[in-house]
This record gives sequence, C-alpha cells and structure tokens, in this order.
Amino acid sequence: MATETLIWLIPLPPLLAFFLIVLFTNRSKWISHTVAVGAALLSWLGSMVVFFRAIRVEHFGEEIFASSLSWLPAGDTWFKIGVQIDPLSAVTLFFVAWTVLMIFLYSVGYHNYGQPKGDHDRPGLQPHGATVSDAHGHQHTVPSIEPMYSRFFAFIGLFAFGMYTLVVSDNLLTLFIGWEIMGLCSYLLIGFWYAKPSARAAMIKAFITTRVGDVFMLLGIAYLYAVTGTLNYREIFYNPEVLNRLAETPSYIVGLSTAGLIGILLFIGTIGKSAQWPLHVWLPDAMEGPTPVSAMIHAATMVSAGVYMAIRIFPLLSAGAEHGMTTAMGFVAFIGAFTALFSATIALSQNDIKRVLAYSTISQLGYMVAALGIGAYVAAAFHLVTHAFFKALLFLGSGSVIHGMEHGVYHTGEHIDPQDMFNMGGLRKKMPLTFWTFLIGGFALSGFPLVTAGFWSKDEILADAFGNGHILVFGTLALAALLTAFYTMRQITLTFLGEPRTKAAEHAKETPWTMTLPLVILAVFSVAAGWVGIPEHFPAIGGLLPNWFHEFVGGTLLELPEAVAFNAVPLLTSLVVALGGLYLGWLVYRNLPAGAKDPVEEAVPSVHTVLKNKYYFDELYDTLFVRPAYWISETFTSEWMDRGVIDGFLHWVAMVTGIIGNALRNYIDKPIVNGFGDFVGESVKKFGRNFRVIQTGRIQQYMIGALFTLAFFSVLFYYLVYTR
Amino acid sequence: MMISLSYYLIFSAALFSIGLFGVLARKNAVAILMGVELMLNAVNVNLVAFWRFRTPELIAGQAFAIMVFAVAAAEVAVGLALIISIYRRRNTVVADDIDMLKL
Amino acid sequence: MTPLLVIFIITAAVTLGAALMVVTVRNLVHAALWLVVTLFGVAVMYVLLNAGFLAVAQVVIYIGAIAILMIFAIMLTRHVAIDTGPQVNANWIWAAVLSLALFAALSWTLASWSGFSTALPEMSPRADPLRQLGTALVSPDLYVIPFEVASVLLLAALIGAIMVAWERR
Repeated sequence: MATETLIWLIPLPPLLAFFLIVLFTNRSKWISHTVAVGAALLSWLGSMVVFFRAIRVEHFGEEIFASSLSWLPAGDTWFKIGVQIDPLSAVTLFFVAWTVLMIFLYSVGYHNYGQPKGDHDRPGLQPHGATVSDAHGHQHTVPSIEPMYSRFFAFIGLFAFGMYTLVVSDNLLTLFIGWEIMGLCSYLLIGFWYAKPSARAAMIKAFITTRVGDVFMLLGIAYLYAVTGTLNYREIFYNPEVLNRLAETPSYIVGLSTAGLIGILLFIGTIGKSAQWPLHVWLPDAMEGPTPVSAMIHAATMVSAGVYMAIRIFPLLSAGAEHGMTTAMGFVAFIGAFTALFSATIALSQNDIKRVLAYSTISQLGYMVAALGIGAYVAAAFHLVTHAFFKALLFLGSGSVIHGMEHGVYHTGEHIDPQDMFNMGGLRKKMPLTFWTFLIGGFALSGFPLVTAGFWSKDEILADAFGNGHILVFGTLALAALLTAFYTMRQITLTFLGEPRTKAAEHAKETPWTMTLPLVILAVFSVAAGWVGIPEHFPAIGGLLPNWFHEFVGGTLLELPEAVAFNAVPLLTSLVVALGGLYLGWLVYRNLPAGAKDPVEEAVPSVHTVLKNKYYFDELYDTLFVRPAYWISETFTSEWMDRGVIDGFLHWVAMVTGIIGNALRNYIDKPIVNGFGDFVGESVKKFGRNFRVIQTGRIQQYMIGALFTLAFFSVLFYYLVYTR
Repeated sequence: MMISLSYYLIFSAALFSIGLFGVLARKNAVAILMGVELMLNAVNVNLVAFWRFRTPELIAGQAFAIMVFAVAAAEVAVGLALIISIYRRRNTVVADDIDMLKL
Repeated sequence: MTPLLVIFIITAAVTLGAALMVVTVRNLVHAALWLVVTLFGVAVMYVLLNAGFLAVAQVVIYIGAIAILMIFAIMLTRHVAIDTGPQVNANWIWAAVLSLALFAALSWTLASWSGFSTALPEMSPRADPLRQLGTALVSPDLYVIPFEVASVLLLAALIGAIMVAWERR
C-alpha cells in the first residue's frame, strides 16, 4: 500500500473503535476492549510501517511523505488538508504508537477485567471491591470491575484518534483540530469518575486552563494565516522567503518581529497544553483520572503534543537571528527553565505517588521547552521521545503499585489512602516486576548514566546549554536535574525499599500480565531508546554508533543544526547531579518507620509547607480569576443585567403595552367602535320602532298616506316638468 | 249668462272631493261605500257633461257612463257581501277594527 | 239667468248639501237616506244634460237597487248598541285637508285648460240620444264588446257576492 494512503489511514482505527463502542458494543466489556486494543494495534502497525519506510529514505527531510486534498474553496485558492510525515513526525509517530498501544493493553488489567461486579459500585464512582466467598466460606473483598468499562475504551479511542491526527497533519489547522479533540477527551477522562466532586472540579479546571492557552494559539494561527495565506508546514517553516519576510516585518509589539509574535502566541498554546508555568495548575489535579489516562494523556502524548507543536514552529521562533537567540526564543527559554526548577521543587513535598510524577512531568516538559528556547532543536526532540517512554512507564508503574496497595486494602480492610507513599514500603518483595521496571524508569528520569535513555537526552540538553553559552539556563536545568534525581529516589525508596509501613502494604500483590507486560516493554525502550542519539565525540563510546537521531531529525529543518562540540563540564555536571541526587534521596528516606514524618518537613517546615501548597498558586488564581468570574456571572450578568435590565425592560414594555391596550380598548374601542356599531343598530331599531306606527292595518290611513304622497309627487312633477 | 262646462266640472269636482272625504274619514264600512258611490256618481256626471258640451254627436260619453253604472253596481254588490261576511266573523263593521294588515 | 242655470244651481246646491250630509251624519240610516237624495240630485243633473235615459237608469239602478242594498246591509250589520259617538275616525282632519286640496287641484287644473268654458252647443231636435245609445251598445262596430263584458262582469260579481256572503254552517 502506498505510504501516503497508509498515513491517511493511521488515525482511523481508533476513531472507528470509538464509534463502534459507543453505538454498538457498549454492553459487552470484552468486545469493547477487543475493538479498542485491536484498533490501537492496527494504528501501531501502520505507524511502524510508515516509520520504517521513512528511515530508509535518504535525506528524508527533503523528500518527505506528503499527500493533500483540496477541501474548501476559499476565493481564488483552495483550503487544503493533508498528511505529512517528515523526520520529526516520524519519530513522534513511533513513540506515540508504542505508548498508545501499551496503555490500551494496560487499561484492560487496570480496570480489573475478569473481576466480579462490585457490591456498591455504580457508574461514576471508582470501583470499591466485591465480596466473594472462597471454598472455605471465608468472605474476601476483591477488586471489582469498573462499571463504565466500555466507556473508558471509547474515550481513549477518540483520544488516540486526536493524537494521531495531530501527528500526521501537515498544517496547523488540522493540528489544532487534533489538539482540541484531545483537550475534550482529557476533560472527559479526568472526570471519568464524575460522581467524585474533586474529579468534576479537576476536569473543569483542566479544560479552562488549557483553553486560556488555546485562545492565544488560535490568535497566533489566525495571525499567521493573515500574513502568509497558508497554514501548511512546508510552505511556512521550510520556506526561507516566508520566514525571512516574517522575520523582517515588525509586529504590533515593539521589539518583536511578526515571526516572533506569532511564535509567542502559538507558544502560549504550548504553555497551556504542556502545563508550563503559569498555566501549570491543571496537571496535578488531572491525576483524579484513572492512571492509564494520567500515563497517556498527561505524560506521554497530550502534553507532548504541546512540545511537538513548539518544536514544529521552531523555524518561526528562530527566524531572524542566525544561530542566535531571538526575543521569542528568550521568552521560551525562560518559561521552560523556570518551570523546570519550579515544579521540581514542588515535587519534593508531595506524598501522593501520582502527584510526584505529575510535577515531574511538568518539570521535564520545562526541560524540553528550555532546550528549544536555547536553540537545541534536536535535543528537545530527543528528550521528547525518551521522556514519553519512561514517563509512561513510571505512571503505569505507579498504577500497578496503587492496584497492589488496593489489593492489600481490600484484604485487610484498613482505611488508608492506597496512593500515599508514606503508607507503602517494602513493595519490592511483593511486586518485583513492578519494582524493577519502575526502577529503570526512575533512573531514566534521573539521568542515570549510559544505560538509560534519559541520560543521553538530558545530557544533550545540558551540553547544548553550556556549549552555546546559556549559563543561566544551564545552571537552572542542572539544579532541576539534581532535584529530579532526589525526589525520584525519594519516591522509589518510600514505595519499594525498606519495610512495609502499613498492613495493606504487607498484603500487596503483583498485578496481572496485561499490566506488567507493557511495563516490561516500555522499560526496554527506556533503556535502549537513548542509544540512537549518542553524540559523536562522546568519550569512549561516541562514534561506535552513529548519531542517527541527530542526522535524521535535524533534517527536518532547512539547515542541519550543528552538533555541539563535546565539553567535559556538562557531562561531569550531569553525572554529579544524577548520581548525587539519587544517593541523597536514598540516604534521607531509607528505613523510614511507619507513622514517621517526612525528614525534609522536619528540617525546614516553613519551606516545606510552601512547597506542599504549591506556592499557593491555586489560591492566587482563585482570587484573581475564579471568584471574579463567578461574581460576573452570578451577580453582574445574571442578577443585574439579565433580571434587572433585560427582564425589567421587558416588563416595562409589557406594562406599557398593557396600558396602551387598555386605553385603546376603553377609550377607542368600546365607545367609538362599539359605540358606533351599537349606535347604528340602535338607531335602525329606533327608526323601525318609530316607523312601525304607520302600519296600523287601517286602510283609510293607508289611503290618506298614499294620496298625500301622490299630491307631493304631482306637485314635484309639475314643477320639474312644466315650469322648467 | 249661459251655463258652461265649467259649472259642471266644478260641481263634479266638489262631489268627488266630498266622496273622498267620506271614504277617508268615515268609520263604518258601509259609510265608506257610500262615499265611493258619491265619487262614482261624480265621475259619471263629469263624463256626461263632457259628452254634452264637447261631442254631443258621438255617443261614446253616454256609453261610457253606462259602463260605469254597471261597474258601480257590481262593486257595491261585492263590497256589501264582503262587509256582511266580515261582520259575521268579527262582529264589527268599524273599518278601524279591521286591521289585520298590521304587523 | 236662464232657467237652465237656475235649476242647475238649485240642483247642485241640493246635491252637494245632501252629499255633505251623507258623509257627516252619525246615524247610518240617515246617511243612506241622504244618499238617496244625492242620487236623485244627480239624476236631475243628467236630465239637464239631455241624458234622459241615464237619468232614469240612475234612479232605477242606483236608488232602486244600490241604495236599497245599502240599507239592507246597514240593517244586517247593526251592533247591539246603536252606533254612538262620532262617526268620523281620528284622521278626519287629514282627510278633509286632502279633499280640499284635491278639489283645489282639480279645479285649478281644469281651469287652466282651454276648453274650460265651452258653451253649451245646440243639440238638434231630431237628435235621438236614446236610439243612438241603444244602437251603440249592440253594434259590433261600436260598443257591443264592452257591453257584453260588462254583463259578464255583473254576473261574476253577483255570483261572487253570493259566494262571499254565503253563510256556512
């Protein structure tokens, strides 16, 4: 099959799965998950075929796979939509296909397929366990199957369609369409358990916060269309004349060229979607959703889409400054670096296993954004790919841990939060597979040297920062890397090492193969994915494997970016922060007994409180934006404008109409119109009554009358005829 | 002073008017018929006067007068029969009481 | 002042006076009798107009038949109580006005006619109005048809009168 046709077909199976599940297979759980996983498998297959064909093409950046249709006539030209696979989208397609497939498979086990129905489960609430009696008549509580099982698969099917659409699209408009579909699915899936008030609040928060970013992005898209007349990537980002023209035209904001302003507007969409500061507040709350959702949407794919888009528009951001930093890039770098450090500090203080990972995701996305800001195009893309794998792994691993803990909770009947790390401990013995894969993921996140993918991608970012002289960014990112390693080891230690701190942790159980197989596969990628991007001048092993990634992805740009020269400083810094952070984390948190407080909290309680409350940003936004919005809606618009002014006006109009109507009726209608009618009738009656008297029946009177009339007429006749 | 046509004409006009008064003003039905007779006689006098003064050689005037006689007689007969019939039914011959034409 | 004129004036006065009586007296029988007088007066008028046959016919038919018939009718239709009260109805004034107006109108119309004062023409002594009348009434060229029709009319009227006045029991 022609590659272009295949590319068109890739997004379709999950969409089809969505419709099939929603319309037909909703009742049957196994048909639904089969349809969904099957669709993910088909798309994965298509993506693999396209990817492997793509890497075989020489100078793929110049001869990409592209196909477009004329869709809407717009004046003289046509609006075209189409698909495109260039090097950037090829690698994105690769990791998206793998992570999506793994997460679909994982969801089967996560939602407890095969388990009995819960005792008090109803749609909208998390499953609460079912009571079964075993052979000896003992009653056990076991995990129960999710009541809205099929619905979940329908939603993630729709989501997968959105992501695939975004990746294969060749223009900003269809990218935006995929972007929004994913935003919708994120909303639906965060609030999957809609009976929980916290889930409902979180889904709205996510949608509205990302919406703020999307508005600016739409402005950017419109602006771009207005000045170039197209939204096609090849025509803008691969087109030197357009880029130069945009770079030379000044924009409405002093100091920024048109390209810069458009770039910043579009980037604000990334700030929203990829949860960068200041629009980061939604991602931690999004952990209300089921863990596969957190893994897929909020780690591997949707938030990555924000960075993908930013990487895509890099030519726009960098237009005008040859190999230097434009104002737009400076802004991007600032946001990225700040976010990376900011959320890493918050992650230190979180106790919920998923929250730590959420802040970690924000931080790592900050890394990618910062890398882009300083011009390290390939490094940003590299980190995007590797991060997707190990972050998905970490989230799925945390889901596995939570499931194991829940099993313990059901078994013991303890009322503890199965997600709180301070209730865990010693799980390495109970859940070995989860432990080892989580460890691999955690090390990858921390940048453990050589054998993890995260090391290679993070190191490249640090090297690019140092090598191009962005020392402030370098320092910030290095500090963030230290904190990352620290909180990651904190997480691993609290969860898996040491001894169980609660009864539930003692009775945790390993999860089924549908959940552990994806962990293993992703762990493989977390180890190996970095080896495609080993820099050429790396000591000892550099040069053994070509830096395929750099050559391939770098080809997306007009000019192949230069690989930064090797320098020992960033490499050493990277090693120190990674290993040092890991060691410190283990040191501080090992062997914490049950009921113990967090040592960091004990050491610096005020700082810890600030971190734990996330620098009070939620409260700030609440006061600045949410309350005024409610006030405007409830008081100003509803009471004053709607009921007071508009309804008041309507009531006044009605009253005036009533008065006019009454006046007309009483002063015109009744006396004049009716009066006239009555008058006519009455006068005819009166006339008749009065005239009736001549009908006496007496013929002598009739004769008199007749003779008088005769006399009158004869006189008249005489005068008219004879005297004229 | 010779007698001229005018005398007869005035005479018959007067007789006619008196007869008209009787027709219009009298209560009793028979009295009304008497008035009618007066009128017919006045007409007859008029006819004959015109014959004598204007065309004495023709006999048409007298012939006409004869016809009037016959008609008058017939009319009186029928009228009185009617009056008797009404009297039998309504026990009255006062013209004003016979007002069944009134609505 | 020819004798003709004198007789005429006397006759006219008597006739008109009697006519006035006819229409004004209360007693109906008196009215009938005054009618007789009037009819006699008219008969005399006929004589003055050289229509001798008509005068006789007048007496015979009118007085002898019609007036008698009226008296019969009066007798037959008497109320138990003798007619009292005014014998003119409420509209007599209008009737009087009309009569006077009619008289005035007639007189005036006739007076403006040229032939109003035609003098009495001579009638030849050999003229025989009676023979002429008789011939006229039966002559096919003249008035036989009206004559026959009149007789049929009389017949019909009499039969009709009988039918109308027939007492049904």
